[in-house]
Amino acid sequence: MASLGQLTAGIAHEIKNPLNFVNNFAGLSVELLDELKETAAPAVASLGEDTRAEIDEIVGMLTGNLEKIAEHGRRADGIVKSMLAHSRGGSGDWQSTDINALVEEALNLAYHGARAQDQNFNITLERDFDRNIAPIELVPQDVTRVFLNLFGNGFYAADRRRHEVDDAFRPTLNVTTRDLEGEVEIRVRDNGTGIPPELRDKLFQPFFTTKPTGEGTGLGLSISYDIVTQQHGGTIKADSVFGEFTEFTIRLPRSRRAATAGMT
Amino acid sequence: MSFSILIVDDEPDVAEMFRQRFRREARQGTYVLHFAASGEEALDKLANGVRPELIVILSDINMPGMDGLSLLREIKTQRPDLPVMMVTAYGDEDRRRQAEEAGALQFLSKPVDFDLLKEELRRLPGASA
Repeated sequence: MASLGQLTAGIAHEIKNPLNFVNNFAGLSVELLDELKETAAPAVASLGEDTRAEIDEIVGMLTGNLEKIAEHGRRADGIVKSMLAHSRGGSGDWQSTDINALVEEALNLAYHGARAQDQNFNITLERDFDRNIAPIELVPQDVTRVFLNLFGNGFYAADRRRHEVDDAFRPTLNVTTRDLEGEVEIRVRDNGTGIPPELRDKLFQPFFTTKPTGEGTGLGLSISYDIVTQQHGGTIKADSVFGEFTEFTIRLPRSRRAATAGMT
Repeated sequence: MSFSILIVDDEPDVAEMFRQRFRREARQGTYVLHFAASGEEALDKLANGVRPELIVILSDINMPGMDGLSLLREIKTQRPDLPVMMVTAYGDEDRRRQAEEAGALQFLSKPVDFDLLKEELRRLPGASA
C-alpha cells in the first residue's frame, strides 16, 4: 500500500505539469481572443450583417470552448491535488488528543460546511460520547480528515434519501465514541440511502465514487482507510442495509507504539 | 528603458507561454525575454553577456543535468547581486528552504501567477532605475 501512495504521488506530479500548461494556455487564449475582437472591431463593422453575425457566433463559441477547457482543467487540478494529499500521509504531528473534542470539532465543521454549500440542507446530529475516554495519541489533522469524510458522506446519503424517498423523512447522523481496552472506537451512523451489497467491496478503492461526475473524487474513503490503517494501525469497517442505514466503525489503538507495531 | 529577463526551463512550451504572457511588455519594449533550456545553457548565456541589462533570472528546479538549485548556487558565486527566482511545481518546504539558503529572491510555485510575477518584477531594484 505504501508503494501505491508513492505511485499516486508520482502520477499526480507527472499530470500536474501538463495540466498547468492546458490551464495556462486556455486562459491565455481567452485573453488573446478578447484582443482579437478589439483589434478586428473596426474591420468587422464594415462587413455585411450576416458575415458579422457569423463572426460573432464563432468567436462566442471559441470563447465558450476555452472557458470549458479551463473549467475542466480546474476540475482535473482538484483531483490531482487530492491525489497528492492522499499520498502525503504521515507528515502531521502526533499529539495526545481528547477524541470527543476532536469529533465535536469535525462535526461542527462538517455541518456548517454542508449548510454553507446548500442552505436547504439540514440534519439531526446525535452524539453518544463516552465521557471517560482518556486522551489518545494520534495525528489530529489527519484523523479530522477521516471524520470530515465520513460525516460528509453521511450527510450526503441522508440528504439524498430525503430528496429521493420522501420529504417527511428526518435525516439523522449519529456519532458514538467508546473506550475499549487499548483501543478507542468511533461509530458514525447515518439513516441515508445505504450501500448496495454489490458496491460494498469497492468502498475503499481509490477513485470509486457513486456521486455524479465532478462532485466526488472517489478518494475520501480511500484516504480515510490509509490514515486509519496505515498511519494509525487501526481498523475501519462499514456496515450497511441498503435503503436503511450506513455505519462506519473505526478503532484506533491507544498509543503510537501499538500503531507502529501494527504496521509491520 | 528596456531590461532583460532570463527564463531557464527544460520544457520548451514554457518559453511560448512566457512569450504570450509578456506579449504587451515585449511589444512596448519594457522587457526582453531570453530562454535557456538547461542550467548549462543559462551559464553560457550569462558568460556571453545578456543585452539589454539582465535584471532577473527565473529558473525551474527539476531539470536534467545541472538542476535549478545548483544553477542558483553557481550564479550566486559569479554574480551575487543578480536576483534569482525559483519556479517549481514541487512547492515543498525542503526545496524552499534550500533555495532561500542559497540566496534565491523568491520561490514561486507552478502554475505561475503571472499577475503576481509582474508585480514582483516591477519591484526589482534594477527595474525602477
